[in-house]
Amino acid sequence: MRVRSIEAIGARTLGFVSELGRMAFFAGHVALTLVTRRPRPGRVVQEIYDVGVLSLLIVCGSGLAVGAVLGLQGYNTLVRFGAAESLGAVVGLSLVRELGPVLTGLLVTGRAGSAMAAEIGTMVATEQLDGLRMMAIDPVDLVVTPKAVAMVFAMPLLSCIFTVTAIFGGYLVGVVLLGVDGGNYLTSLESAVDFENDVAGSLLKALVFGVLVGLIATFRGYTSKPTAAGVSQATTSTVVVASVSILVFDYFITALWGM
Amino acid sequence: MTAPDPEAHVALEKVRVAFGPRTVFEELDCRFPRGRISVLMGGSGSGKSTILRLIGGLLRPARGHVWVAGDDVTRLSDRELNRVRRRLGMLFQGSALFDSLSVAENVALPLRERRELSSREIEAEVQRRLSDVGLEDAGSLMPGQLSGGMQRRVGLARAIVSSPEILLCDEPFSGLDPLNVRRIEALLVDLNRRYGHTLIVTSHHVPSTRRMAQQVVFVREGRAVSGTPAELERGADPAIVEFFRAEESEAVALPSAGGSRA
Repeated sequence: MRVRSIEAIGARTLGFVSELGRMAFFAGHVALTLVTRRPRPGRVVQEIYDVGVLSLLIVCGSGLAVGAVLGLQGYNTLVRFGAAESLGAVVGLSLVRELGPVLTGLLVTGRAGSAMAAEIGTMVATEQLDGLRMMAIDPVDLVVTPKAVAMVFAMPLLSCIFTVTAIFGGYLVGVVLLGVDGGNYLTSLESAVDFENDVAGSLLKALVFGVLVGLIATFRGYTSKPTAAGVSQATTSTVVVASVSILVFDYFITALWGM
Repeated sequence: MTAPDPEAHVALEKVRVAFGPRTVFEELDCRFPRGRISVLMGGSGSGKSTILRLIGGLLRPARGHVWVAGDDVTRLSDRELNRVRRRLGMLFQGSALFDSLSVAENVALPLRERRELSSREIEAEVQRRLSDVGLEDAGSLMPGQLSGGMQRRVGLARAIVSSPEILLCDEPFSGLDPLNVRRIEALLVDLNRRYGHTLIVTSHHVPSTRRMAQQVVFVREGRAVSGTPAELERGADPAIVEFFRAEESEAVALPSAGGSRA
């Protein structure tokens, strides 16, 4: 019984390591096509539209709601210590350092990452990728790379939009509803948030999350089984693996960047 | 190592294919002559589509050689394989059209990616191939707006647009009504006569095989038996004879089933 348990752990570990290896090869293939093949600006712009523009509503709506909650919670806590004028600093730092890139990463994973995996998985199931191979076209070059690149471009932009919208949401609740002075809100925000440590770190996080989500979504779709269940599994695992990766990488970037 | 038979445009030699514990072919040998229409027949799961995937280099055998126009595709790098694939065209069972591209864009895709022709030349070639398959007015439609038979014909136009030497067709008649079967069959025969493509078609459809096949390769229990349709129908293998006769027996059985209800 004990031997079987150890065997099962060993098999899972080997499976995990070989999956990481396959993903590393896949990432290398994507990077190689990016460098060696002709650029496809038209396809990348179309994908940025799908990933970025079509995610704007959910990103802005969520940003507004998160900012409003932060404003409310922050005000209720700060007012006890007579520091309500620091609300802008609390809201700004929380959003720029952590919540902006992390929540944007999770939202984009759920909306665009899952769609990306499902689309590529469906192309596998309906033999469209084999069709490309038979036309001597590399599916990674034509289908995968533009999607992954679009995710890397779109994520930092969406993160900035989320953060700005959320700061506005905090302003609405703190200043308009609860009566905090508008000048104090903005001044404390400006003096607390540092460009080099906070804004650049936030952009770095969003960029890394874009690479992670882009790679995980395309890899899961590309390697999905050619069945309806396979596509469904690829979509689910994209959301789970990308979300966990975002949270784990967030910790390491924060620790290494010194935020 | 050279191709076993210079007359054969495509040849499989001692090919072994296994999916996990299931062995599909142990030592498969078969030949497809240049410029002829060969039909691959056999029961479901006998490995007909697997043979097409082997020829296209989409699947590598565990052992053996697959010769395509003089090249052993099992030994080629991806780049070399693409050179061979430029001489092949393939019609997939589900047509494999790209949903996000119009009919004309689907057909133009291989030419646009090769970048050997100008946009005007590509448009003219696409129009010519759409006319070949009787869909000259469908260029602006999306694949979702087409019937199954029309999608199959668009897939065929895309497979032949770059003038391949060898055309692989995976179950081109499955799920089609008799009129569309006759139409696709006439198209394939016409393409073979006009352009001299070597055609390798997988099919269960006995009447169309009788009409169009110059060679039948019957796959059963990991083995391939070749001959003309007439030779195989009159051959010594009872399983093959039964396969050819099954459709006729079904046609005879239908009226009696209706009669018993009455």
